[in-house]
Amino acid sequence: MSISLKINGRIQLVDADADTPLLWVIRDTLKLVGTKFGCGMAQCGACTVHLDGAAIRSCMIPVAAVAGKDITTIEGLSEREENSLQRAWIEEDVVQCGYCQSGQIMSAAALLAENPNPSDEAIDNAMSGNICRCGTYPRIRKAIRRAAAYAEDASL
Amino acid sequence: MSAARGVSRRNFLRNTASGGGLLLLGFCFNTKAMARNRRAGEPHSFTPNAYIKILSDNSIELMIGCSDMGQNVVTGLAMIVAEELDADLDRISVKVGPVDPEYFNPYARSMLTGGSTSTYANYDRLRNAGATARIMLIAAAARHWDIEPSRIRTEKSIIIDAVSGNKLRYGDLSKLASSIPLPDTVKLKPESRFRLVGKEVGRIDSEEKITGRARYGIDVQLPGLCYACVLHPPVFGASIVSIDDAVAARMPGVRKVKQIDSGVAVIADSFWRAKKARDALKVVWDEGAWAGTSSATLDQQYRELLKDSAALVKSNGDSKQAFMQASQVLDETYELPFLAHACMEPLNCTVHDHGDCADIFVGTQSQSGDQKYAAEVLGYAPDKVNIHTQVLGGGFGRRASKTADFVTEAALIARGEPWPIKMVWTREDDMTSGFYRPKYTHRVRVALNKKGEIDAWEHRVVGQRVSIGGFVDSGKSAAFDSAQVEGLVPFPYDVAGLRVEARPLVSPVPTLWWRSVGHSHTTFAMESMVDEAAYAANADPVNYRRKLYRKNPRMLKLLNTVAEMSDWGEELPEGQGLGVAVHDAYSFKAVCAHVAKVRVENGRFRVEKVWCAIDCGFAVNPNGVRAQMEGCVIFGLNGLTGQITFDKGRVVETNFHNYQVCRMSDAPQIEVVIINSGAEMGGIGEPGLPPIVPAVTNAIYAATGKRIRTLPARL
Ligand code: FES
Ligand code: FES
Repeated sequence: MSISLKINGRIQLVDADADTPLLWVIRDTLKLVGTKFGCGMAQCGACTVHLDGAAIRSCMIPVAAVAGKDITTIEGLSEREENSLQRAWIEEDVVQCGYCQSGQIMSAAALLAENPNPSDEAIDNAMSGNICRCGTYPRIRKAIRRAAAYAEDASL
Repeated sequence: MSAARGVSRRNFLRNTASGGGLLLLGFCFNTKAMARNRRAGEPHSFTPNAYIKILSDNSIELMIGCSDMGQNVVTGLAMIVAEELDADLDRISVKVGPVDPEYFNPYARSMLTGGSTSTYANYDRLRNAGATARIMLIAAAARHWDIEPSRIRTEKSIIIDAVSGNKLRYGDLSKLASSIPLPDTVKLKPESRFRLVGKEVGRIDSEEKITGRARYGIDVQLPGLCYACVLHPPVFGASIVSIDDAVAARMPGVRKVKQIDSGVAVIADSFWRAKKARDALKVVWDEGAWAGTSSATLDQQYRELLKDSAALVKSNGDSKQAFMQASQVLDETYELPFLAHACMEPLNCTVHDHGDCADIFVGTQSQSGDQKYAAEVLGYAPDKVNIHTQVLGGGFGRRASKTADFVTEAALIARGEPWPIKMVWTREDDMTSGFYRPKYTHRVRVALNKKGEIDAWEHRVVGQRVSIGGFVDSGKSAAFDSAQVEGLVPFPYDVAGLRVEARPLVSPVPTLWWRSVGHSHTTFAMESMVDEAAYAANADPVNYRRKLYRKNPRMLKLLNTVAEMSDWGEELPEGQGLGVAVHDAYSFKAVCAHVAKVRVENGRFRVEKVWCAIDCGFAVNPNGVRAQMEGCVIFGLNGLTGQITFDKGRVVETNFHNYQVCRMSDAPQIEVVIINSGAEMGGIGEPGLPPIVPAVTNAIYAATGKRIRTLPARL
């Protein structure tokens, strides 16, 4: 069936089976492969995108359920001007294999949008759905704190 | 004639640059010819050797033979070249070369990334490559300006005439430098003049990985691409009785249902459709003997096997005598489960069979093996099978499959098909289809003398072999393999009597090296027993190890460093404890010690902090070494909580909800100190892993008095 999706600010008509998880439409139909597949059961966070600003796991949401909603992927987030998160990620040299990092950044962005100055506990809570097998957690924590500090500086 | 050749070369370049377009034409890259072409020197690039290509826009392409699975060889190796070449690191991009002896890992005599070898295996040859290119660029500039080469300095990909101040970019000289003959010898920089190597450098590929631009194997796009999903047997060793694909074959988008050696594959026009149809297959299996197996019976079987003597691996001195005279004998059993690698990027491989050659796009640690086995399956000569290495979403040994299992599976699916086919495993496929770190059971007996010192050590290991036929093959008939006894041989502690025995076990469960291979289990047994001996001798665990390493200044320095970092010896509040463990193995030529701090509350433990001291001889990129230590600790904690178990032959753990891996909320703080001892350079991808689990279980003992001898750890 034909479904209208609003992805990264653009409205696109896609042809997909209604039960296809949003993840596979994003990846295989729209070729936005920055969003990753890790588990397919909302356990790892690799597939995290924003749905109307909130971080969701795209691997378990049927595409038909998100028609007309505002979806942002890592590609969309990266196009934005203010990417203090990505700057902090580079400065803390977070990345290893990098496979989980799109999802980590999408979760971190949603966290900071809701809670600009999160405590360590809030970071752990918001980020524990994102698995990193390479073990970049200590640096992710630091990068989120750093990005929060940038945002605070900017608003002074 | 030269004009004609020029045209064809330009066409060739255009085709290789577009990649996908080339494949549409239905013929393959001739990687050998590419390599030759590169070396012969292209019009707008300077390619003094197989590794370095300087383009006229002043960018540099570095072609290497090892895969980056996160361990950051891309940055380390680029730094080594940039150091000798005086190149601008920011303008270097790194690619993995074709299967060609130029790129072989000398320790594996093939293209294989493993054993933490990449940095030291490439250090000398990449320094030489960089220095050679620099000398030739200087000679070219001297010719261009008609001056003495001694007047010329180099800096960040710029050539400078020190007298006139004239400057040229390396890229400006790409044509001229190509006509300079290769120098017979080159002089390397003295290490005291290094401006990059040994310094803190961030990853060179971060930006593409945090913007979603990096292309992993699973992201491969090709014109006309189809997708495949495979139904594997529910039990290892099961065989197919009948296949009913009446429903699956008629589902939308399905192109083909195909029986292959490892199961039944569905090829469809999207991954989701392939998966749905795969799930709709009805297959009757003859489940075979393993269907009767459960983990409880396996545990029992391993313990039984431990009772009999096994193949002698090594013996020293008279351990029998020592046991007879011992004032205390400790005799304990340590058990470790099967573990999955669970790379974040599920296994996948894209194969395009062209009928007389094939292209394979895969994130792999083992290009030579993949090429060899895929060629056998496809019926081509190996050089007709081109391995295009993609970015790897983790490896940990799983992408160095000794039989190229997932690559040959994809090759079988694509064999004779008109489409390029991307085979993707789901996470459930990854967890339940193998390969695993083997399950091991150890029995360790030590004889303590009156002073509480270890006079003799007897160690028996039961477990499946992993390396038969692999790159550390110990021979098909060998009674044991190195993965069973690595870390025990050579034996690290200073004891008079030693006896090491190993007993292999055969089962249909596929096993493989898992980050740090044998050390991932031997270190747990050894460093737990040393701790038990320390307590039995009423000694402090760090002091006790100081005695065991009394003849080893490198280990003493390591122990002292980690003890100081962690304020070892300070009183801790109730419910908290420190534990120490070390890794002193020849395998990686690096030594590592951890102290873990554990807090136990309401019957649960939490690893709060880990202090790590690492001595890899010389750290090319200290920042990268620290990242690997952090990664080793967190990946290693999987060994504390994770397990793969069986019920009626079926793997119980199917996804991250029941295979416990370390999450952000479990992650300790980690502090790393690097000791540049000047010892021979070692590797850093693995040595931080083995000591983490025993450091934690030793800390649990310190906090609670409960000794954990069976993993996963339960209080
Ligand atoms: S792929 Fe969606 S949470 Fe893992
Ligand atoms: S960086 Fe590799 S899984 Fe997170």
